[in-house]
Amino acid sequence: MKKITALLLAVVMMVSMSCLASCGKTNDTVKNLEGTYSREYEGTTLNVFNWGEYISDGSEGSLDVNKAFEKITGIKVNYSLYESNEAMYAKMKSEAVSYDIVIPSDYMIERLKNEDMLQKIDNTKLSNYKYIDEEYKGLYFDENNEYSVPYSVGMVGLIYNTTMVKEAPTSWNVMWDKKYKENILTFNNPRDAFAISQFLLGIDLNTTDKAEWDKAAAKLKEQNSVLQGRVMDQVFNKMEGGNAAIAPYYAGDFLTMQSNNEDLAFVYPKEGTNIFVDSICIPKNAKNYEAAMMYINFMLEPEVALANAEYICYASPNTAVVNNEDYSLKDNEILYPAEDKKPKTQYFHDLPSEIRGYYEKLWEEILIES
Amino acid sequence: MNKKRLGSIALNSPYTVWSVIFIVVPLFIVAYYAFTDKSGAFTIDNIVQLKEYKEIFGISILYSVIATLITLLISYPFAYFLSRQSEMSRRLQMMLVMLPMWMNLLIRTYSWMNILERNGLINNFLGMFGIEPIKMIGTPGAVIFGMVYNYLPYMILPIYTVMSKIEPSLLEAAEDLGCNGFNKLRRVIMPLSLPGVVSGITMVFVPSVSTFYISQKLGDGKITLVGDAIERQMQTSYNYNLGASISLVLMVMILISVAVMNRFSDEDGGMVV
Repeated sequence: MKKITALLLAVVMMVSMSCLASCGKTNDTVKNLEGTYSREYEGTTLNVFNWGEYISDGSEGSLDVNKAFEKITGIKVNYSLYESNEAMYAKMKSEAVSYDIVIPSDYMIERLKNEDMLQKIDNTKLSNYKYIDEEYKGLYFDENNEYSVPYSVGMVGLIYNTTMVKEAPTSWNVMWDKKYKENILTFNNPRDAFAISQFLLGIDLNTTDKAEWDKAAAKLKEQNSVLQGRVMDQVFNKMEGGNAAIAPYYAGDFLTMQSNNEDLAFVYPKEGTNIFVDSICIPKNAKNYEAAMMYINFMLEPEVALANAEYICYASPNTAVVNNEDYSLKDNEILYPAEDKKPKTQYFHDLPSEIRGYYEKLWEEILIES
Repeated sequence: MNKKRLGSIALNSPYTVWSVIFIVVPLFIVAYYAFTDKSGAFTIDNIVQLKEYKEIFGISILYSVIATLITLLISYPFAYFLSRQSEMSRRLQMMLVMLPMWMNLLIRTYSWMNILERNGLINNFLGMFGIEPIKMIGTPGAVIFGMVYNYLPYMILPIYTVMSKIEPSLLEAAEDLGCNGFNKLRRVIMPLSLPGVVSGITMVFVPSVSTFYISQKLGDGKITLVGDAIERQMQTSYNYNLGASISLVLMVMILISVAVMNRFSDEDGGMVV
């Protein structure tokens, strides 16, 4: 009995200590940045809509970004989550809620911009915009840097378990290899899944030729017989537990998986891969524009951006993070491959709704057949 | 109009208003989306398109019928024996049945993923005796199992409730009049418990046939049920019209099967009395 009490006490102590640590970090940031932000909008609410697990939230002693922002500015952050660009789009379209901040990916920003759903962001008013790497300015979806501020960058790669896959794969075609039947996973969303077969077939990811989509779909149907499953966030469970041998996923998430299972390895296949940039935008129907601008600037603060980059594990477009000696992922060869090791990359572009409808239909067929 | 009637209308009106706003209006919205295209013009394309989904409808119904039958087979004897036990033991066992429901369905299903995985708990245990891993997750069996596990209490509860209302004197009378065990079950217990069985079947079949989370997690994304198809249209494809038409057809099918079930119980109920 005594032992159990002692154990309970230990648990309570650890929980309270971790809170102390994180509160400490948050308080430090508050102290450092207090006064640099106006409290003009104190008492207002800022509606932030972001991906799940995509901000440093104070867990495990990290900085609680939203809490620090609330303390410094007095603005209440109303934070909600989505799990895909498409889900975010559907929510924005429904217009049941208005958000002040959204963080979609490149092609979705292009669509939102084309449908006139975004407000301009005057980056000269953002004192921290200078930290954004030139490489991520003027990208195709926002050539004049008017609508978006880069937040996080990633690439898709192939994750494999070295105990099950003896020879290191170099090509996406290993995902069709009968040797690994029932051990192969793929994405459970059409765009990412199609991209793999498009790279293999040498088809442009953004083709508007229906025949090319047909070809890519036929290739995906061939894969049905060797697939163990189609997963999104279940991939963590599957790969960490050694339940599958091969899975394509985002580079940053591989680092998380590897820290839980050392047998995992990663490669950027030679055919090329998808690169994405998630950027902060302000929707047209935002109700608290000024507070949103403050929030964007706050997200670019070197110490805030560092905390986010450490937490998310994706590559950062913020030079203050990338050049920081304390950054634990500095020069990580997966996130920041050297110039000669960089894979060939392609961005997704927004496709005309007719093509979108077409590949969605092909995707339904693939799913029904399997 | 007399006073009494007015009073009852006044008492009922909050519920009527509530159900109009939150049940009737949404149903019309679903129907509206199902019969229009993106621009809002009338079309039956969404319904015609559903012929591509006939296999999905078939599989969903098949799996949920199997799941419902299994839950019934487990629940019926359990509910009977439970209703014949002492107060104390009834309470304890009822509590155990309800206990898993205190946890969220998503968490329960997610846990089963880890148990059924190839390197999951069960296969690890079998591995200790040198038994090769069995493929469980990603099979129809896993999905049906998930349905049975999650919805079992909804079958036990209504059957148990009617069973515990059966007077022991009725059973004694049946014995006195010469019924053997089987006849007692067939002529007394079964007819009296039928209403519970019918509502149990409805309460298990309806959520099973429209589930999407269980099939996604325990089916490894390879088994698509109607619920998954609807979710995909709403969340990923942003095709509310097609999503609504699938929902509408599913609702009509559920409505028909519930109506059939209810009729069945009414007629038999009439016979008993």
